[in-house]
Parts: sequence; structure tokens; C-alpha cells
Amino acid sequence: MVSLTADDVKKIAHLARLGIEEKDVASYAKDLSGMLDLMTQMSDLDTDSVEPMAHPMDQVQRLRADVVAEQNKREKFQAIAPQVEAGLYLVPKVIE
Amino acid sequence: MHNKSIAELAKGLRSGEFSSLELTTAFLDRIKRHTGLNAYITVAEELALEQAKAADARLAKGSAELLTGIPIAQKDIFCTDGVKTSCGSKMLDNFIAPYDATVVEKFNDAGAVMLGKLNMDEFAMGSSNETSYYGAVKNPWDVNTVPGGSSGGSAAAVAARLAVCATGTDTGGSIRQPAALCGITGLKPTYGRVSRYGMIAYASSLDQGGPMTHSAEDAAIMLQTMAGFDDKDSTSVDLPVPDYSVGLSRSLEGLKIGLPKEFFGEGLNADVAATIEAAIEEYRKLGAKVTEVSMPSLRLAIPAYYVIAPAECSANLSRFDGVRFGYRCENPADLTDLYTRSRGEGFGKEVKRRILMGTYALSAGYYDAYYIKAQKIRRLISDDFKRALSEVDVMMGPVTPSTAFGIGEKIGNPIEMYLSDIYTIAINLAGVPAMSVPAGFAKGLPVGLQIIGNYFTEDRLLNIAHQYQQVTNWHQSAPKGFE
Repeated sequence: MVSLTADDVKKIAHLARLGIEEKDVASYAKDLSGMLDLMTQMSDLDTDSVEPMAHPMDQVQRLRADVVAEQNKREKFQAIAPQVEAGLYLVPKVIE
Repeated sequence: MHNKSIAELAKGLRSGEFSSLELTTAFLDRIKRHTGLNAYITVAEELALEQAKAADARLAKGSAELLTGIPIAQKDIFCTDGVKTSCGSKMLDNFIAPYDATVVEKFNDAGAVMLGKLNMDEFAMGSSNETSYYGAVKNPWDVNTVPGGSSGGSAAAVAARLAVCATGTDTGGSIRQPAALCGITGLKPTYGRVSRYGMIAYASSLDQGGPMTHSAEDAAIMLQTMAGFDDKDSTSVDLPVPDYSVGLSRSLEGLKIGLPKEFFGEGLNADVAATIEAAIEEYRKLGAKVTEVSMPSLRLAIPAYYVIAPAECSANLSRFDGVRFGYRCENPADLTDLYTRSRGEGFGKEVKRRILMGTYALSAGYYDAYYIKAQKIRRLISDDFKRALSEVDVMMGPVTPSTAFGIGEKIGNPIEMYLSDIYTIAINLAGVPAMSVPAGFAKGLPVGLQIIGNYFTEDRLLNIAHQYQQVTNWHQSAPKGFE
């Protein structure tokens, strides 16, 4: 039986930069513990000699010629941004 | 008009029996009459009428293709230039896609009319369409039940005749399960067959787009347009696309069907089992030979999937940071607060659960125990499929352990919801193609027969489904009130 504590959940949420409400922490801890319980079944099987599979076709990343393929659409992309000014994306001050 | 096949509609458009504008208007009217199903997130009426007029002009010129003027709908996971693309999430409620997905571009080039964007589970994470920011979709066969998910809006729209056909995507069953629960035909192609460019990513090594239609004949036409190599998708497979319609009429004499015994064990509803057995009996009459096969690693498919898919999702969804597009929280105190609150307020509970799970599985100290272990199990499952599919041509079984469940019935218990994907998930891990075909009803609700084939044998699957649809008419049944 794997059991995650409220502190574990808060730590994971911080790693993911994911805000979760205090009132939901207990239910996430319960759900994630349930999922981890399900996953312990995997240890039933000896997989020492098995190669991990990342891609169904065992294909490797394809390379392409280093040439410009897309047009610059900055204005179109920035039209859907939360906050822009003078062609730049705005965020809260990072450097004091 | 709304009960006709794509081929019949194409004929009607050419003979002048009706125009694309009339056809499109008829579907838009039906959509307005049945908003209670909540199948659409966005109805693109103006664009659809414009595209219909352009299609009529193209038909008049004689340069039309089979899909020219046919009103279809897109799952709201496919980016559509100038049209809101929400992925079922508050995070993208304000997102007007700045470009078209390759799949959308292909339908546009073929002259298809896009009626709108279909409801779905948030970021395709769900099996009931209840995780959508836009609310649950209702199953037209019984509005108190779910249509399945994540392509629930697509399945409900096609079943209710609110589009001729629709696109869906399938990461762990998201085309096949809703197709089964809504009594339509759905095909998840081989991984890499259909471009993922512009299809908002959930779990990139599993996601695959495919057609959701009334019949295998229609699915062949849709897949013909969707399939093919795409330079913009780094995992697209560069193999020629066969003609999917030409082999539909092939005889099934001597076809070797394997029934994985793991698909017929404990947990399968007895009425569903009886319906599937009756469907397999039809195949025997069509000349198929049926044997039992075994896939011993299958029992670990759900645990492996719920490591791999959340791990990939936690990486993919890190792009939603409240900076370049999508939701941003009010008055962020600093950059970390901007990220944390934008994501916390923009994502729903199921998405958060999977991001947390994936972050945990990928974090230092757990990576080998969970992620690498799951990838090794994935290899064993894939080997099971390869072995079984060297003994038989295709495998058959149920798509789901039961028919559509009630709205609200499972949403409070995520693990129980995950377990309902028991027959679909392993297929995505292996990457092989599979279909859901309407096989009858259990207590008034549709049952789907699953047909699983070897890599890149979509043509054979369509042929096998089509032959069944020549001797049965389950795929033509319409829910009451939507005939």
C-alpha cells in the first residue's frame, strides 16, 4: 500500500508549478495513492532483460535541412497573448 | 439528407438533387434543434456557409473531390485557423488558433465544410466527456448516460446526425470507446499514420487522430483524406497510403480471427458478451475461422498506461504557462505566482491529477521505478500483440466492459473510470490500429465490437468491418428523436 502525504502532494505540485487549493490536497493524496497502488502490480513482472519502449515504431528522431520553412507570423501569434507591448511578451518583473 | 452516406451525398450534390448550401443549412438547423446534447463547443455557422458556397462553385466547375461540400465537424483538439480551439479547457477558452492542423488543412483542401468544433474531455483526459470545461455531453441513446470520452462530442454528434462524420483522437481508447457507447464506427489508425501537427498533444507517443462515422465505407473515405506522411510531425511514418475503399468488398473466406481470452474474463457484462459472441458468429458465417489467443502481459496495460500517459502529459502541458497564449491569472505577484496560479486556475481536476501523477513518476528517485518500468512493460505488451498477430489476421473482442454508464456515476472515482478502459488501452501502447463497429444493443444501449489488426492494416480492418455491415444494419440505427 503506497501512501502519499499532504506534504508530498504539495511538493509535487510545486515541481509542476501547479496551484492546487488547500481543500483539495487530501483528495489528490488519496487519488494519487490509489494510482500508485495500481502501479505496484508492475513489480510482479521481471523486466530486467527487457529494453524500454519509447515509440511504437522504435523510430528515431528525423532530421530536416536547416532552412526556413515558416513565415514570420509574430503579430498573429501576439494577438492571442495575455499581455504584449512593442512586440514583446510581458511578465511580472523578474530581475530587481 | 442526414441519414445518407458520404457517397450518396456526393452523388446528390453532383446530380443537383441538393446543394452543399442546402445540406449545410439542414445540418446547422439540426444542431440548433439539439443543443441539449451539448455536442458542440463552437458552431462555425458563418464559416460553414461560406465554405458551402465555395464547395457549390467547385462542384459546378467539375473540380470537386468526394468530400467537397460534405458537412463534417472537428474535435476541438484540432487547431483551426481563426476559430476558437479550446481542447475542452478553461486554459484555452480564449484561444483562437493562429494556424490549421494538418488534418484540418487536408479537409479544407478537399473542400469539406466544417460545421464547428466538438466537445471533449479536457485535454482529452477522460472516458466520459464529464471533465470538459463546457459541461458533460449527453448520449443521444439515453440522455442520462455518458457518450464516452474523450471524443464524446464527436460520437454524440455523429450518432444524432448533427454532422455527417467527425474527427476524433485516441490516446487510450478515446475514439473507440465513445464510438462503441454511441453506436457509431470509429477507427484508431496505426501510430504515425495520421499527422499530429496542430493536434493539441496529450501523450505524444500514444495520440493518434482518426475518423468517426456511421459506416466503414465512410471511414475509408475520411481516412483517405486524413492519412499520410507529414514533414511537420516528427513521428509521422513515411509509408505510401493505400486506397482504403478499393478493398472493402474483399471476401472474408478463410479470415483468421483470434479472440484474446483476456478480453472475455471477469468484469465483462454478460449482455455485452452475448452481443459480441453473436457478432463473431456472423463472421463465422462469412467464412472466418475463429481461434483463441492469449496476451499474458495485458493485465499490466492500465498501470503502465497511467505512468506513461501522465508522464508525457506533464511534459506536454508545461507549455501552458500564462505567458504566450491561453489563460492568465489576475494580478500575478511574481513570475512563479503567474505560472502557478494561471495553471492552477486554468486546468480542471482530472488534468491536474494527471500532471501531478506524471511529475511524480518523472521526479528524481522514482524515474526508474515507474517510468522506465512502465516502458519495459510496454515492450512486453507490444510483443504480445506481435506474437498474437503472427498467428491470426485480426483479433476481436468487446471495446468496453459495459454499455454507457450514467452521468455522474463514475466521475467521483477516478480509478474506477480508468479501469473501464481495460480493452482499449493496450492497443495504444502497442501502436497497432483498431476499430469499433456497432454490433447491436444490450438493454437498448449500443455495444461496440473491437477489431484489432497489425501495423498499417487499416485497409484490412475497414474491409472486415464493411463486410459485417453488409449483413447487419446496426450501424444504420438512429437514436429515437434523431431519426
